Amino acid sequence: MSSETREDLIAEVSRKFGISPEDYMLPARHMINLLNPDGSLRSHEEQGTEPGHEYPLPSPAELIRAYEALVVGRRVNDQNSALVRQGRMAVYPSSHGQEACQVAAALCLQDGDWLFPTYRDSVAVMTKGVAPMEVMTSFRGEWHCGYDTKQYKVAPMATPLTTQLLHAVGVAHAAKLRGENTVVVAMCGDGATSEGDFHEALNFAAVFHLPVIFFVQNNKYAISVPLSSQSAAPSLAHKAVGYGMAGERVDGNDLIALMAIMGRAVRLAREGGGPLLIEAHTYRMQAHTNADDDKRYREDAEVAEWVAKDPVKRMESYLADSGLLGDEVSERISAHAEQVAKTLRDGMNQEADTDPAELFNHVYSQPTAQLKEQAALLADELAREEA
Amino acid sequence: MTATASAVNGNVSAETAQAAAAKAAANQPVTFGKALNTALADALTADESVVIFGEDVGVLGGVFRITDGLTARFGNTRCFDTPLAESGIVGMAVGMAMNDMRPVIEMQFDAFAYPAFEQIASHVAKMRNRTRGRLPLPMVIRIPYAGGVGGVEHHCDSSEAYYAHTPGLKVFTPSTVSDAYLMLREAIDSPDPVVFFEPKKLYWSKDQVDLEELAEQYESQRAAKAEGKARIARPGTDATLVTYGPSVSVALEAAKIAAEEGRNLEVIDIRTIVPFDDETVSASVRKTGRAVVIGEAQGFVSVASEITARIQERCFHSLAAPVLRVTGFDIPFPAPTLEKHHLPSAERILDAVDQLQWEA
Ligand SMILES: Cc1ncc(C[n+]2csc(CCOP(=O)(O)OP(=O)(O)O)c2C)c(N)n1
Ligand SMILES: [Mg+2]
Repeated sequence: MSSETREDLIAEVSRKFGISPEDYMLPARHMINLLNPDGSLRSHEEQGTEPGHEYPLPSPAELIRAYEALVVGRRVNDQNSALVRQGRMAVYPSSHGQEACQVAAALCLQDGDWLFPTYRDSVAVMTKGVAPMEVMTSFRGEWHCGYDTKQYKVAPMATPLTTQLLHAVGVAHAAKLRGENTVVVAMCGDGATSEGDFHEALNFAAVFHLPVIFFVQNNKYAISVPLSSQSAAPSLAHKAVGYGMAGERVDGNDLIALMAIMGRAVRLAREGGGPLLIEAHTYRMQAHTNADDDKRYREDAEVAEWVAKDPVKRMESYLADSGLLGDEVSERISAHAEQVAKTLRDGMNQEADTDPAELFNHVYSQPTAQLKEQAALLADELAREEA
Repeated sequence: MTATASAVNGNVSAETAQAAAAKAAANQPVTFGKALNTALADALTADESVVIFGEDVGVLGGVFRITDGLTARFGNTRCFDTPLAESGIVGMAVGMAMNDMRPVIEMQFDAFAYPAFEQIASHVAKMRNRTRGRLPLPMVIRIPYAGGVGGVEHHCDSSEAYYAHTPGLKVFTPSTVSDAYLMLREAIDSPDPVVFFEPKKLYWSKDQVDLEELAEQYESQRAAKAEGKARIARPGTDATLVTYGPSVSVALEAAKIAAEEGRNLEVIDIRTIVPFDDETVSASVRKTGRAVVIGEAQGFVSVASEITARIQERCFHSLAAPVLRVTGFDIPFPAPTLEKHHLPSAERILDAVDQLQWEA
């Protein structure tokens, strides 16, 4: 595809919104934010929207569905952190504080669409439909990936930073070549945007004009390193224009704004508008993982400031104040969250019991002669141990 | 008598003349590069999930012309150029393979595959295992490799050990024109990812090969194909030379000289470094009792080292002498005017053979 046709495609999308291609690609002047931290709706002028960057409220039914996933997500995060403290789980990178991002990334997709998560995105993976115990297989040290990626259209949670963004590009490219209408959401963190594969993935997606939404959760830190040490860009969303795609930034603790933005992004991508880059401003309220000590690099006061912007409380207040969340619904949602937490507790309290013979089974389609020898050696060792 | 001449003479029907002309064309020597090119074209025809991409592989046909004509014939959705980014090429191929395609990608030169190493080692090699077999990645990474063409720095590396050391990857390297065709077809059809090393000094080598016949043979024997089998390139009785890729021709040259001097050397072409055919190698060394392992790569922690260790472990009681290695020196690949000192030569191989304790 020549660069001229690509420019034409971007021009076509921007014309729909009555703005120039540059104004379409550049993020709105202000971060999109529909709800105040106390859950009250911001006035239209305060929302950060502007011509070509309009974000109407999602329907009440969508909001309730998302709120339910939010509550379940928070419960799962806290349950898993407890399981780690009790030694039932090896490690858990919690997304406590980022659950609105997690939920929006998954709920904007349809069944045939793909999600590419990182180690931090367990809640998004669950929200896309993967059974909780299958999501946590890796964190309990049982096997690297516990779910059927193709069945759920969820890639394995990626650890090597931003490598998965290129896989997302490939999945979208294959779908496009076959004429399928698949949209892909590819997730990464703020620190990860410094990696080379971030650049290569955005460039490939733009050059091949693919329906990929790059969704960056800017939680302000990469382990201990603040964003100011990663990037001198005006915002991470501004990076989009350098690739010839649209960027937008959003309050990542505002589930309503996230749903509006991700919903529009998926629609645009599905209509052939090409890739988009969304930066969500959020905060990792707990340590990087249980192995990290966040007191070494940030102040309690800073964390407290973000606790006041909590995405779950904010959404709950909005729904309650606008009469959408009655006691009955609220109780049903709490019960659902408790039941998921129980599933995890019960599952984690059983010993993982993988047959060591399986170690050799998935290296190649057929074990090589050498692997068969090694499998026999291990089997012999185990037999002697048992005898 | 040529087909044309016989037709003009009216000795044969026009049909027979056509068949004869085709036969004559088929008997033209074929280059290694053309065999690869034909294998790619045949794979594109046979399987619509095959896609080819890389740097300059489209209109140009690749810097070595291995993808010549494929974009014109199959269209730019089947064979296309990408931006210059090797990690991007491999990473995108991973995603395409995840979504039911069979990418065949080209790294322009050996050393330019290094930016993609993370994708290859962490994902191409591990995805099947990570997902307990649910997400296989059938894909081929073609890498022109090794020296002997007077190439400048970064264009002559023998990087096969990095990949062979990585569980989950298969590593193929053909040394003959017919293997160039057959092994590339096998690699593309393999359910496992294959790093396909093409000895660039062989691109222009020729052999009398009928590619159509080879294609038919491949299609009809698909089920029974012998992936992972080493080849006895030259049978012999006195010692075994074990090698692969660019060094096979050098080993054969050494064996020829040795024969003139009364020593009958067996030459084994490994063909696939992974999976490794211990059986064929061991059987040969047990028979001859002596072995030299040859590889162009630097010898320290090399494929040649691994083969040597495997022979010692398996054939110790049949050995009349220690197994020796002839490899490149442990130096960065030298500048063009100096490469001849670095590359294993027939003389160096014969010197090693001389050291195999012949005096009874
Ligand atoms: C290529 C690579 N380098 C380093 C690491 C180690 N590492 C794991 S998470 C992390 C920080 C990532 O920060 P960010 O992208 O902001 O995501 P967050 O953890 O904040 O969600 C690092 C350095 C890694 N996983 N991959
Ligand atoms: Mg971060």
